[in-house]
Amino acid sequence: MREIICILCPNGCYMKVANTNDKWIIKGNLCTKGRKFAIDEIKNPKRTVCSTVKTRYSKVPRLPVKTDDDIPKEYIFPLMKLINKVVINKPIHSGEIIIEDVFKTGVNVITTSDLFYLLGTEEDG
Amino acid sequence: MKIKAYYDVVIIGAGPAGMAAGISCYDNKASTLIVEREERIGGILKQCIHDGFGVIEFKEKLTGPEYSERYIKIIKDKNIPIITKTFVLNVEKKGNFKLTLINPKEGIFNIETKALILANGCRERTQKQIFIHGSRPSGIFTAGTAQYFVNILGYLPCKRCVILGSGDIGLIMARRLTLEGANVIGVYEAKKHPSGLIRNISQCLNDYEIPIILSHTITKIIGDDRVKAVEISEVNEDMEPILGTEKIIECDGVILSVGLIPENEIAESLNIDIDKRTKGPIIDQNFMTSENGIFSCGNALHVNDLVDYVSESGRYAGLSAARYINDNYERKFISVEKSLKDFAYIVPQYIDIKSIKDKVIFYFRSMDIKENVKIYIKCGENIIFHKKYRYLRPPEMERIEINLDKELIKGEKSIEFIMMEG
Ligand SMILES: Cc1cc2nc3c(=O)[nH]c(=O)nc-3n(C[C@H](O)[C@H](O)[C@H](O)COP(=O)(O)OP(=O)(O)OC[C@H]3O[C@@H](n4cnc5c(N)ncnc54)[C@H](O)[C@@H]3O)c2cc1C
Ligand code: SF4
Repeated sequence: MREIICILCPNGCYMKVANTNDKWIIKGNLCTKGRKFAIDEIKNPKRTVCSTVKTRYSKVPRLPVKTDDDIPKEYIFPLMKLINKVVINKPIHSGEIIIEDVFKTGVNVITTSDLFYLLGTEEDG
Repeated sequence: MKIKAYYDVVIIGAGPAGMAAGISCYDNKASTLIVEREERIGGILKQCIHDGFGVIEFKEKLTGPEYSERYIKIIKDKNIPIITKTFVLNVEKKGNFKLTLINPKEGIFNIETKALILANGCRERTQKQIFIHGSRPSGIFTAGTAQYFVNILGYLPCKRCVILGSGDIGLIMARRLTLEGANVIGVYEAKKHPSGLIRNISQCLNDYEIPIILSHTITKIIGDDRVKAVEISEVNEDMEPILGTEKIIECDGVILSVGLIPENEIAESLNIDIDKRTKGPIIDQNFMTSENGIFSCGNALHVNDLVDYVSESGRYAGLSAARYINDNYERKFISVEKSLKDFAYIVPQYIDIKSIKDKVIFYFRSMDIKENVKIYIKCGENIIFHKKYRYLRPPEMERIEINLDKELIKGEKSIEFIMMEG
């Protein structure tokens, strides 16, 4: 049996997870998302990664980014290496892809802040 | 933007609380001005690049910047007056409130307002507020400062560090520094329980095998120009270091995550009553403080763990301020009673029975970790609310929403919160 804390929402449910005869017995989750999280957590734990990338603008030296979905835990540090190689050299909106399909997971790294706004320039002005 | 001499409502601070307050004032037809001391609005969320914000407000897991930029967009679209790089120096009550402000463009100038919303957030406890022996070398940062260095400036403040205190910002920074290649030796917490949320212990510490060492504190910082090591000691029940348990740990940085306190300089200068437990103003259900016309919301009111509730409090404070402008206001209070042993705090602390209109929201924290308890709210002999809780934990703020019946409450002097086992 394993004890797992669901990190999907602020409730942070404390779950007890057991697998007997290929059947999952999960206790403590307040909703069904917790059940899926617990099974994933044992089979293939995944996380969203949030970080920043360099820009060439001294006013905004860093732009925040995140993965647009969870990636397997073992890719976290390899992904950090990729993220830290990126340099943004033109204004970009929030939600734009800066690294596509990381390690063939189908997950992208996207910006989470609007560089146009941060730099105080208008897109067409 | 031309600054006018008078506004119905002025809001101090453009974090999530101030932005939500500004939007709801504006939507309720009050002439509104938001004042922010920094160049960029958004408050502390600008540097909170991790996700987990907005699950309640937007039903989505957003990062801090994504959450705040949604509000910034609304403010821009509606063209709500906002001045940045402007600091509120002084507030005086002269019939209305007279604000003295300063900014690089106007110099020192005055604005008059009928209502004032304090949405100026909180500050971190620093090394001055906790007691550590030894010199004061460089390399000691509050978790928020470390977060600013890493996330805004892109600069790693240390390579091998210890974290003192298990507040959420410290946990978030343990993960962040690890991701950026620093070695986080451990999180040392003097209390017997972590003060941060369980999910942060799980995803920030356990995921990266960063140990949390409870009932331990830093007793000495070693180093002349730069931190070279710290002395760690175990502490007893009364949080006093136990002699003979000292251990030296080499490191080049100490990150302090020992708590947040509402920023209440302005509130204090106006002699507003402060709650000893929350360290923020005492309010009624309309978020109005002991001073008529002054409202408080967000982390300036009490330190929140979820930004969603910060926005909610801002929205209500804004709505109440807009109502205050139009009403002839006179208040009659009954108190919200509680056992200080069971509850760390309850906000609001008073109910103004004259203005009861719609639902009333309470935010509270329990004093200790509790399992299987019931919360009752009593009004005289009537139980007006009850709910069972599987867990109550001090790091997790709880929210209750009830409809208060004006007739029922009329003759009463108080309503009472009761916590019972079972
Ligand atoms: C590190 C950290 C991690 C967090 N993690 C999470 C999380 O994972 N999930 C979650 O939901 N919540 C999280 N929170 C909580 C949430 O971010 C805060 O509760 C929220 O930002 C508080 O909003 P606020 O508007 O009250 O204060 P702030 O965001 O601090 O805004 C206050 C504003 O007032 C301005 N100001 C102050 N004094 C003056 C003055 N005299 N004149 C003019 N302007 C002034 C400041 O510059 C600032 O912009 C976290 C908070 C921190 C600090
Ligand atoms: S199980 Fe459901 S309610 Fe509990 S933390 Fe996970 S998502 Fe939230």
